[in-house]
Amino acid sequence: MSGNPNTGTPLVDMRDISISFGGIKAVDNVSISLHAGEVVGLLGHNGAGKSTLIKCLSGAYHMDSGEIFIDGEKAEIRNTRDARKYNVETIYQTLALADNLDAASNLFLGRELVSPLGFVDEGAMEAETRAIMARLNPNFKKFSDPVSALSGGQRQSVAIARAVYFNARILIMDEPTAALGPHETQMVAELIEELKRQGLGIFLIEHDIHNVMKLCDRAMVMKNGQSVGTVNVNEVTDDDILGMIIMGKKPDAAY
Amino acid sequence: MADSAQDNTAVKGSKGLFAQLELDMRLLGMIGAFVVLCLAFNFVTEGRFLTPRNIFNLTIQTVSVAIMATGMVFVIVMRHIDLSVGALLALCSAIMAMVQARWLPSTFGLEIGHPMIAPLAMLSGLLFGTLIGAVNGWLVGYHNIPAFIVTLGGLLVWRNVGWYLTDGQTIAPLDQTFLVFGGAEGTLGVTWSWVVGGLASLFTIYALWNSRRAKVRHEFPVKPVWAEVTIAVAAVGTIMGFIATLNAYDIPKGKLRRMFEADGLDLPAGYTEGYGLPISVLILIATAIIMTIVAKKTRLGRYIFATGGNPDAAELSGINTRLLTVKVFALMGFLCGLSAIIAQARLQSHANDIGTLDELRVIAAAVIGGTALSGGIGTIHGAILGALIMQSLQSGMAMVGVDAPFQNIVVGGVLVIAVWIDIIYRKRLGIKT
Repeated sequence: MSGNPNTGTPLVDMRDISISFGGIKAVDNVSISLHAGEVVGLLGHNGAGKSTLIKCLSGAYHMDSGEIFIDGEKAEIRNTRDARKYNVETIYQTLALADNLDAASNLFLGRELVSPLGFVDEGAMEAETRAIMARLNPNFKKFSDPVSALSGGQRQSVAIARAVYFNARILIMDEPTAALGPHETQMVAELIEELKRQGLGIFLIEHDIHNVMKLCDRAMVMKNGQSVGTVNVNEVTDDDILGMIIMGKKPDAAY
Repeated sequence: MADSAQDNTAVKGSKGLFAQLELDMRLLGMIGAFVVLCLAFNFVTEGRFLTPRNIFNLTIQTVSVAIMATGMVFVIVMRHIDLSVGALLALCSAIMAMVQARWLPSTFGLEIGHPMIAPLAMLSGLLFGTLIGAVNGWLVGYHNIPAFIVTLGGLLVWRNVGWYLTDGQTIAPLDQTFLVFGGAEGTLGVTWSWVVGGLASLFTIYALWNSRRAKVRHEFPVKPVWAEVTIAVAAVGTIMGFIATLNAYDIPKGKLRRMFEADGLDLPAGYTEGYGLPISVLILIATAIIMTIVAKKTRLGRYIFATGGNPDAAELSGINTRLLTVKVFALMGFLCGLSAIIAQARLQSHANDIGTLDELRVIAAAVIGGTALSGGIGTIHGAILGALIMQSLQSGMAMVGVDAPFQNIVVGGVLVIAVWIDIIYRKRLGIKT
């Protein structure tokens, strides 16, 4: 792990976020920050509120109370378009791809390149897609097929390309390796390291403790919508984190 | 992410001659079925089916359903359905009939035959069609009422609103300018038809050349030149053949004589004149081109197809899927108004039962044309071809003398079998629906 840049203004500061659905508090007064060049892991059981919390940042949900600061300035994020304005990009667990469209159409979905006459410029979009894919996944060749014809790894690389292409500063990855084989998981890990070096801040929702220990600088554990605690990964063992997830208690050793 | 990419792309070394044309096999299959159908009817009717006269009638009968089918493609691609198009057509027709035959002449004092009557009537029909479509879309998009229910209600509501407006009367005669949009009453004539055909051919060649040039510029693979030339020749041949057929249908002697008498002239002996391209067919062609451009080349079209493929992904990509639903239904409503103009002008009157069962014909045309009810898949040209197949089937059987109940039985059976074949075909190719 590189040194923690935990000083100075955080890139993202989410303060006292709460959101409930039909009387159930999905996220209850949770605060979390993220610095440039840092990977923060979010852990917890299914339904602990990780994805819900992060969807407040990506604009998919609207929080009931709480504030989000980006670069120290209060950010108003009402929908996904607002989030994109703050260079927040999200790779969803479901990948959020339109299966009937090709890779280029998915990459530019909602942000199409248009010709001066206002028509969609397919040629330019495919050329850009080929360029970024040559970097991310040089074996990717199926540019004219709908993404339903692609393998899990290829689909993942389309989703990642979409986040990276638009100069994300804050990247949210929701279980990016859940559906991938070992080789593809390794590629994603290398990509995360690379993006970190470029100074992006990354929120990583992850179930696999080993990935968390390997990739993250800090980790927050959630249970029943509340934050159990946030730890520096290099100060704890994987057993400590596992204990937090299962027991919902902070390890004494770390603090 | 790396190794899995290779096994799928490995087998592309030797391409057959046919594969190099890169044609849509599904479309080819439909065209093939259509050709076989026409030839079979032609054989049974001893050559009466494929005469210029019958082809002319067939095309003008198809226009109204085909125009609505292009809009239905978008509706179905968005995973919705519109059962109210026949009823909406009837209401638009009722409004236009009342405007031109009653309200403008008597309430506003415009004398019969005033040049503003036809444009105002058409504008009112298009406006109300669009407005009612937008209301449907608003109920579906913003209030999450299933489109099936909203438009099933509309099916009962709108035709009867039209009935109420007209007191159930059949309204005729219509404005003379208005009738031009019906088909036989308004054609371009031989010379202008050739001009339109020539322009269409030039445009087709330009479009093919332009798309090839764009691919070369971005260094994408292109088809061999002979394949492009073959496609261009086939397209131009089809366009010019169609125009030649319509030009070959001569206006009947009696009608010619009346036309000359109207100008105060005598009909010269041995004089003949072809009908040429009907204006209604020209409107269908224009609609098809515009709708295809919308589908392929605009953000609106992209968003429609993306939303149909994965509504959640579209929403997360910042697409306002609710407003999009309103736009798609409003467009459908506009096209109902447009079809109402053509249907009413062709029948030269407005009657309560105008467009009865059109909703089913329109949906069937779109579905036979390859639009998947599960959403995300469909083409404009497919829907028009679907409408043409349905109409050929119907009028071919009428010509052969098949009893009315059997006609409907056959059309119903064809619809189900067409979709069945499509599902088998997609399964073979491994395309998910």
